[in-house]
Amino acid sequence: VISTTIDVSAAEFARRTGWEIKPEGACKEGRCVPLPEVVTDSVHLPYIAKLLKMPLVHDEAAALWCLGPASGGKALSSALAPELELPDWRGETFRLSSLRGSKVLMVAWASW
Amino acid sequence: VWQELRDKWHDSGFELVTVALDANVEVARGVIAQVAPNHPSLIDQEHSLDALLGVVNVPSGVWIDEGGVMVRPPEPAFPRRASYGDGPLPDSMPERLRDMLLEARRIQTNPETYVAALQDWTENGSESRYALPPEVVVERSRPRPFEEALAAAHFELGAYLHHAGQAEAALPHWREAHRLQPDNWTYKRQAWSLADPLQGPTDLYEGDWLGDVRKTGAENYYPPLRM
Repeated sequence: VISTTIDVSAAEFARRTGWEIKPEGACKEGRCVPLPEVVTDSVHLPYIAKLLKMPLVHDEAAALWCLGPASGGKALSSALAPELELPDWRGETFRLSSLRGSKVLMVAWASW
Repeated sequence: VWQELRDKWHDSGFELVTVALDANVEVARGVIAQVAPNHPSLIDQEHSLDALLGVVNVPSGVWIDEGGVMVRPPEPAFPRRASYGDGPLPDSMPERLRDMLLEARRIQTNPETYVAALQDWTENGSESRYALPPEVVVERSRPRPFEEALAAAHFELGAYLHHAGQAEAALPHWREAHRLQPDNWTYKRQAWSLADPLQGPTDLYEGDWLGDVRKTGAENYYPPLRM
């Protein structure tokens, strides 16, 4: 998750990571991690990264931050398919959830 | 081939989604346009499937049921035996390419087993013995130590910079991703291929396809398919 700022809004953080900031803590897929400090509208990336065991990489020259996935367990924390949102080859946004009701084989491949 | 199978099974509620892990969007788009797919065909320039699902090589397949629940985690997904020229190779072939093809022939792909299991799932759904319960799907996904999560962040940052036209600035992040997660072939092959189409040795990166496959062992290039 790329950011041009070290603080992001809670709504943006939830949209891009799936972690929602609630009174009981940072929550995802029914699991909540308590937040020792009160977080309201704005999330400070180094703080939340440490708490959720997410790596945070800073590229000073490019003035960018990148938050990696949560670590410490398995690549999949649940069998629920993530809300994948990617452009199709024509540039239209595609959401994986639009295929609910079908059995889906998703194949990762590459041109290289 | 995937598209043929998709068309055969589509009426029974099956859909295929292909995701090209390609930092170079235009190249991927050109390849896809030649096939003109009739199913969703996506481009993932940051290799986000690696971070989201634990993909480390291609092709990798994930099965998702009607309710949006994964019933198989990422695993090698070949629709047919890969063609690396089974016969004798012509003498005129460049030596590196010859060596790569000979090494690639030693890689196990198991397409018959995979496609038969997939067909069973399309016919029998949750009753298929190949549809795994949620806890097994999670258990079979890759471990995610901090180093691999950090590799994902570095790779994504590199891909972002590459896409922004800052290829030089992407290099240290991709090198770091390779160092942190040496068995992630999508991170390595993506970077190598942009430096050399044959993914051979360059001054930019420590490894190369042939050298790294020989070091790993062709038999370990993909994890064993556990159907």
